[in-house]
Amino acid sequence: MSEAKIMLEIKDLRVSIEGKEILKGINLSVKAGEVHAIMGPNGSGKSTLASALAGRDYFHITHGKIIYEGKDLTELAPEDRAREGIFLGFQYPVEIPGVSMVNFLRTAINSMRKYRGQDALPAGDFLKLMREKKKVVEINSDLTNRSVNEGFSGGEKKKNEIFQMALLEPKLAILDETDSGLDIDALRIVANGVNKLRSPQNATIVITHYQRLLDYIVPDVVHVLYKGRIVKSGDKSLAKELEEHGYDWIKQEVDADT
Amino acid sequence: MQTLDKYLELFHKYRKQIGRDDLPYVKEMRDAAILSFQQSGFPGRKEERYKYTHLEPVFDGELSFDFQPRKIDYDEAEIFSCDVPMLDSNVLTVLNGFFHHPETEALISLNNGIIYGSLKEASTQYPDLVKKYLGKIASSNDEPFVALNTAFSQDGIFLYIPEGVRMERPIQIINLLLSDKNQIVQHRNLFVLEKNAEAQVIVCDHTLSPQMFLTNSVSEVYTGENANLDLLRLQNEHNNSCQVTNTWINQDRNSNCQHGTITLHGGIVRNNLRINMEGEGAETSTLGLFLTDKMQHVDSYTVIEHSKPHCTSNQYYKGVLDDASTGAFNGKIHVHPDAQMTKAFQSNNNILLSDAARMYTKPRLEIYADDVKCSHGATVGQLDEEGLFYLQSRGIAKDESRLMLMDAFTWDVISKIKQPSLRGRITELVGKRLRGELSRCNNCAMHCD
Repeated sequence: MSEAKIMLEIKDLRVSIEGKEILKGINLSVKAGEVHAIMGPNGSGKSTLASALAGRDYFHITHGKIIYEGKDLTELAPEDRAREGIFLGFQYPVEIPGVSMVNFLRTAINSMRKYRGQDALPAGDFLKLMREKKKVVEINSDLTNRSVNEGFSGGEKKKNEIFQMALLEPKLAILDETDSGLDIDALRIVANGVNKLRSPQNATIVITHYQRLLDYIVPDVVHVLYKGRIVKSGDKSLAKELEEHGYDWIKQEVDADT
Repeated sequence: MQTLDKYLELFHKYRKQIGRDDLPYVKEMRDAAILSFQQSGFPGRKEERYKYTHLEPVFDGELSFDFQPRKIDYDEAEIFSCDVPMLDSNVLTVLNGFFHHPETEALISLNNGIIYGSLKEASTQYPDLVKKYLGKIASSNDEPFVALNTAFSQDGIFLYIPEGVRMERPIQIINLLLSDKNQIVQHRNLFVLEKNAEAQVIVCDHTLSPQMFLTNSVSEVYTGENANLDLLRLQNEHNNSCQVTNTWINQDRNSNCQHGTITLHGGIVRNNLRINMEGEGAETSTLGLFLTDKMQHVDSYTVIEHSKPHCTSNQYYKGVLDDASTGAFNGKIHVHPDAQMTKAFQSNNNILLSDAARMYTKPRLEIYADDVKCSHGATVGQLDEEGLFYLQSRGIAKDESRLMLMDAFTWDVISKIKQPSLRGRITELVGKRLRGELSRCNNCAMHCD
């Protein structure tokens, strides 16, 4: 795996929200084909990292760089990051009443195709593609007739994220607490979906609070984020250790140092 | 000279021309109306109802009056094609307030008893019918601009659907303003649907030349027992226009009425709407949607009277405001003491797209009965940032994402238009408007601005 090229390189990334520094110098390197898990206690900055990678401008990058496939992303708009192959699975997928799933997905796919210099997908091909990808996440077919996420249950919203991921075929997927609020069946479906989409060409960053998800999506590297820094990295056994002992021992280690 | 005095003097000076061919009942109505207007005058700045729309200065402008149709050379087919081409509708053109009928009679009577055409002609040909409703639904004492219109109005559209008759083809009234000088136009419509009658009416307001136009129109509508009326108004006038509409609707028992106002363009627009459900079990739904930019101003003032038990009203008003445009919504729902089992719902939601845009909203429920179900809500906000980011994160450009959210916002109102083809057409027009592709001049070959 070490010969694989580096897909994402985060260098000393500092991010503030309304003047308050949340990420205090993140360094992370992800290669194609890898799955990285980012764990950490609440409030450690996990979701901020995910949003900053996706380009939410509410989060101000005050320092550092995000290099993705050799390009600096920091000045790129969210839509261009998506078109370059970055996908964010939202912790709280947004309900958008009045925008139909079909219109939303078709617009998204065609925006990406246009960016790549491809023609818009004919309606028939689009519907066929939808049918195919629905199977990946076992999504209820009437959900796609509704408005985006409107009236979806928690589990349906998360499945819908993976469904969109399947349709958009990103190179780098960042899944922000995709497991939270899921029962074990939904968790398995979501994890299976992610696993089916894994390939040596793409990479996944799984952000989670619990080790549970990592039984299904087996990570190559596990990082612990605490107080805005990655304080520990290791292989999948680190996740197990965290599950058994909680975060306190790490907190103590870090707090003792500072 | 006071603006009021100008109008009083104008009325008395041209009394003979204004009331030419008036039957006595119309003459009496005019005289009563001018007295009423003399007493009320123009609504002042401090008047609560007109707090956000001060119209007197507009009426004080240099405006010419036509007391009879004036010949204006233009080729209708060449310069105008309607935004809402209704296949299979009866199109009635009203030019500067007068029914324009170069090829037909002033009043058309169908075999099934339907009558439509010039209100002036109808008031003479069918005095008993017209007298029963004209000036009775919209009283001059209710509203100064109704009084002013009653005193001055010359013509407009009359529509009569007799008992049990369903009008197959919609009536489309196209109000065209086209002149070589700044002008005031005050036309009047009267729509009467008898028991079990059914009709669909679309009113389109257009300006075709760049002059300043001031319109003060009144539409009186009566829906008889169990009658069914869809009435949609599409306003698309230029920024140098001012439009005051007064729509008064009386609904008899179990009648069903949908009233919609879609404002695409206009300089200053004030829409007064009063619906009185005076029969048990009547149902009304009122839709409103306006889109403003630059310095445009749209003020909706609505009153829904629940006078009798078991009536239902649903009101959905929305606005999208850009640049330095302003909007106002004042919606009163009045539930009378014996109107038990009333169901009333009102919502007013607005989106401000710029820092300079302003929206004033004032929902009002006045409930004097105790067994009712009423609710209302009003919001003024911005496009949902979370939703915007969600769409962008899927590769959709920011501008396109904004449009999708605005389309969704407006669709909420448009989707309630009953007739599918009209709904589709309005969706398209509103979409174009939001994309900045719809100018009121699109359909005009004059290219005057």
